[in-house]
Amino acid sequence: MTAATAVRAGRLPRDLHPLAWWAWAIGLAATASATTNPFVLLLLVGVAALVVTARRSEQPWARSFRLYLWLGLAIVVIRVVFRLIFGGSYEGTVLLDLPEIPLPDWVLGITLLGPVTQEALLAGLYDGMRLAAVVICLGAANALANPKRLLRSMPSALYEIGTALVVAVTVLPQLADSVRRVRAAQRLRAGDERRVGRLRRTLVPVLEDALERSLALAAGMDARGYGRSSGASRGERRTTGALLLLGLCGLCVGSYAVLDATAPRWLALPMVVLGLVLAAAGLRSAGRRAERTTYRPDPWRWPETGVALCGLAAGVSGWWVAHETPLLAYPGLASVPQVSAVALAGALIGLAAAALAPPPRVVLA
Amino acid sequence: MIELRGITFAYDDHRILDGVDLDLDEGELVLVSGPTGVGKSTLLGVVTGLVPRFSGGVLGGDVLLDGVSIVRTPPRERAHAIGYVGQDPAAGFVTDTVEDELAYGMEQLGLPAETMRRRVEETLDLLGIAELRDRDLRTLSGGQQQRVAIGAVLTMHPRLLVLDEPTSALDPTAAEEVLATLTRLVHDLGVSVLLAEHRLERVVPFADRMCLLTGDGRVAVGEPAQLLATSPVVPPIVELGRAAGWSPLPLSVRDARRRARELPALALPEPATEPTAAPGLVATGVTVVHGRTVALREVDVRVPAGRVTALMGRNGSGKSSLLWSLQGTGRRQAGTVQVGELDPARLEAADRRALVGLLPQTAGDLLYLETVAEECAAGGPATRRILDRLVPGIPDDGHPRDLSEGQRLALALALVLAARPRVVLLDEPTRGLDYAAKRVLATILRDLAANGHAVLVATHDVEFVAQAADDVVVLAEGEVVSSGPVRRVVAESPAFAPQVTKVLGSPWLRVDEVVAALDGVR
Repeated sequence: MTAATAVRAGRLPRDLHPLAWWAWAIGLAATASATTNPFVLLLLVGVAALVVTARRSEQPWARSFRLYLWLGLAIVVIRVVFRLIFGGSYEGTVLLDLPEIPLPDWVLGITLLGPVTQEALLAGLYDGMRLAAVVICLGAANALANPKRLLRSMPSALYEIGTALVVAVTVLPQLADSVRRVRAAQRLRAGDERRVGRLRRTLVPVLEDALERSLALAAGMDARGYGRSSGASRGERRTTGALLLLGLCGLCVGSYAVLDATAPRWLALPMVVLGLVLAAAGLRSAGRRAERTTYRPDPWRWPETGVALCGLAAGVSGWWVAHETPLLAYPGLASVPQVSAVALAGALIGLAAAALAPPPRVVLA
Repeated sequence: MIELRGITFAYDDHRILDGVDLDLDEGELVLVSGPTGVGKSTLLGVVTGLVPRFSGGVLGGDVLLDGVSIVRTPPRERAHAIGYVGQDPAAGFVTDTVEDELAYGMEQLGLPAETMRRRVEETLDLLGIAELRDRDLRTLSGGQQQRVAIGAVLTMHPRLLVLDEPTSALDPTAAEEVLATLTRLVHDLGVSVLLAEHRLERVVPFADRMCLLTGDGRVAVGEPAQLLATSPVVPPIVELGRAAGWSPLPLSVRDARRRARELPALALPEPATEPTAAPGLVATGVTVVHGRTVALREVDVRVPAGRVTALMGRNGSGKSSLLWSLQGTGRRQAGTVQVGELDPARLEAADRRALVGLLPQTAGDLLYLETVAEECAAGGPATRRILDRLVPGIPDDGHPRDLSEGQRLALALALVLAARPRVVLLDEPTRGLDYAAKRVLATILRDLAANGHAVLVATHDVEFVAQAADDVVVLAEGEVVSSGPVRRVVAESPAFAPQVTKVLGSPWLRVDEVVAALDGVR
């Protein structure tokens, strides 16, 4: 394939690799979590919304973005209302002088109502906006990439865990459905009307139903070859298990040492690296003996790299702004916040993902 | 290809299979039949390996695949040779889109990517589901789900396909599609099919051989025509053939039609009396919307007291929505429902069930206690008496889940009837019932109507409608497309015609009418 055809083939309508979208979204979310500047946060939400509108497919999960927007709004409102009710201790311009409700001594440090200051409200607003922006960025990833496809692109050694997760995710809506059905059915007959009795009337049929479904699913999966023996010997299986376990232990100890400044330094980074190496070796050994294949694996081409780099660039710029110009990243509450060119550019880089990513595949509904 | 040798199977001291021998050859369709509870599913499970692994019990004897014993091989190691589709295909789905589901089994077998891609495309075409490839599995209709489930095992290129009641939940047209697909597999690809089915009228014409479980743990294997001559469970066409003394027995409508020309002129059955019409339940303009789909669009239905009305229509045509909104629990956007002067939707749950009783599709949802006696006590004083009238002899200390399908249905129905509702609605009660149980249910419904109840029963089973119903309402896309007395509606829509009508033409509906007429001639 020549370079030109590769460029064109990468841009044909298709679903982008889910990992690329998640890398992009995590980058944006990192930027959002590193600032409380309302302008930058609004820009980030706008970028996420634009990219989602431009590149989401017509499949059911793509419609979930609106839910995340509402969730974000709810977060902001709740944060502000909390400041209103519990926020008495902020100094500053009083907007509304509410009477303070006296509380007993043992709830020391908490005030109920009291004068509402502009600063308290703004602090609540900025804080809520930051959390909302993080949630919306991750929601964008959810709308752009099917979370179940993300599980499919995991290394084959983790296949079993992936399948278990997929099954668990499908069981939840079924359970809700089953509860609704049983409650409606129980109202069709006379029976125990006391509280415990009513609970039992729903619980017993729902659990029986869930158990029967799980058995049917397990039987179905077994009959279709799930968990066929891989032909690995006992020794190989043990080596794999030991490698994975040691790797995990190394990672745990290492990350504890990295976070705890008093721990000996040789326990920190070296241990993390050692853990990673061991875990990777374990995964490789497990993957080698898995005789499973993947149907139509998502390809990783240059648009994927581009989209992931956009996320990385946004994240790095966010970190840089927070580190170098903390006053811009965490503006004071007394004056109008200011923005810098770097902060704006960092957020706007996310938009490039919409241009880089190919248009979504057309799906017959 | 597959041989069962002296298979015995028992739970504790209850023996289900006793010395079963069965050979399955390449490219044949073998039908497993027998009354409910004789072990049809067990026999299928022995072949797939799911019995005893998922059921418990003690298995003896041997299963050979090409002469090699596989009785100790777990189902997953048999997957490349034996494919299995269970009673509820949706319960066995692992992934969430059609294409992924078709590929799942091949991924487990570790087939190369190109092979998987090719087989998925071939299978999509073979089963006629190419336009569904990106669809969410849960949004498919019953017939589509069944075909996807068959496709999902076919991609592994099994040599034997084992199906447990593949058409029991399907409407007549979808059932015919699935059966046509299976026949095509058998004839064109040489796949063998072993299937269990209650609705013999649908499957018998396609079967090469039959395996009849006699109830004492043994099986009789042979040509369908020969076995059906003495079988305890037979489709109406065979009953007709037996009554007319035809030999060999005709199994398809076409054969029976030819033989029917020999019949003497028969006195036509009396046209049913027109409704003297005490209005039981009257609904006008009922509209139900779920999200953006219109489940029912301005539906007018009358369920007169003293008559049994059948509600038919393909899967997803709005039958359940209609029943729930008539009962009052389901929200309707517009329209009126009246039983006498009352609207059930405006009543409290207890008053509502005294006015309109509904037996939901999964009758097991109604049951939550450990013994039949406790259920009856919780249901109210009259429950046990009603149950004994419906199906006598259900033991007090039995666990409701251990009852047979028909007995459990009767228990749930007794609980609904205990409130003495004037109107009785039933949603798909014939699922999983054999001919005997269906006859009992038909008698029960006739008795209810004779006692002045208004009865509305949603069903796919045309033979049951012929037996039990006076009137039929046919729904399509949430609208009533035809309604009226059974004889007229059935004469108008051949898809809903029972076998006797197909053979002898309208106005014949049931075998007993023909038998009576034949007796009259003799």
